[in-house]
Amino acid sequence: MPVSYYIFLSITLFVIGIIGVLTRRNAIIIFMCIELMLNAVNLLLVAFSKMHHLANATTDITAGSDGQLFVFFIMVVAAAEVSVGLAIIVMLYRNTHSVDVNFLNRLKH
Amino acid sequence: MNISEVLFWVLSFVAVFSALMVVISKNPVYSVLWLIITFFSISGHYILLNAQFLAIVNIIVYAGAIMVLFLFVIMLMNLTRDTEPQKNKWLKLAGAVAGGSLLLVLVAALRNTEKNMTELGTGDIGLIKNLGRVLFNDYVVPFEISSILFLSAMVGAVVIGKRDSPVSTGVATTVAEPGARIEKYSTQPINGE
Repeated sequence: MPVSYYIFLSITLFVIGIIGVLTRRNAIIIFMCIELMLNAVNLLLVAFSKMHHLANATTDITAGSDGQLFVFFIMVVAAAEVSVGLAIIVMLYRNTHSVDVNFLNRLKH
Repeated sequence: MNISEVLFWVLSFVAVFSALMVVISKNPVYSVLWLIITFFSISGHYILLNAQFLAIVNIIVYAGAIMVLFLFVIMLMNLTRDTEPQKNKWLKLAGAVAGGSLLLVLVAALRNTEKNMTELGTGDIGLIKNLGRVLFNDYVVPFEISSILFLSAMVGAVVIGKRDSPVSTGVATTVAEPGARIEKYSTQPINGE
């Protein structure tokens, strides 16, 4: 499979995530679209790691493992970010009883 | 068209379709379920690329823990289709046009990349033994730091989510907004008047 197919698939998923962040007003859906963007990038990193492994496997046997380990650390950071972000959203809901992000305009008053 | 290519196209179609349904669904619970299907299809792509460790970790961490956490929060707030805030129709169209233009620009920029092939279905670097060897030889410091990251995230989440005890807050806030309940915190006079 040429790597350009994976590039286009990953771009498509990433842009769908961006459209979700721009068009939805529910804070939780926006957060889920951010996770979708992170997953698109993870897929592309794994595809590139396999491409490098195929190109360099004769010289260096562990040629592509950096990409996959970076994906592992991205998942670590995403899990930590989700827990803190959802705590913030729950606090927001507790104070205002809505998860509408347009409502946060009122913070400046 | 051998079986790997057929699987690639099927998994890609399922991933893109369920990602679209995440953005389009009105009910937030349906969005979470569509996102779980997206994660499963991306894990299918990982297995196709023989990244076995990442496929299993993706299912366990993302679909199994993070999405369950999202479902807990959605059900805690009892969000349904009716309580969903609606955006202006023109803003939604503008968002879709902006995203579509970004898609066009990125695809046009990356259209003429070299046709390097990725290795499907074979290859040893996705196996957990080889990944673990590289992780614990070269990347052991980020691994330990990530445990401190988890600790700080856990402490942060607990501290943020704690309810204020009514004695200690001396602030009165009112939220005067149609459609939201008016909340007034208990006020204690600060000077002990």
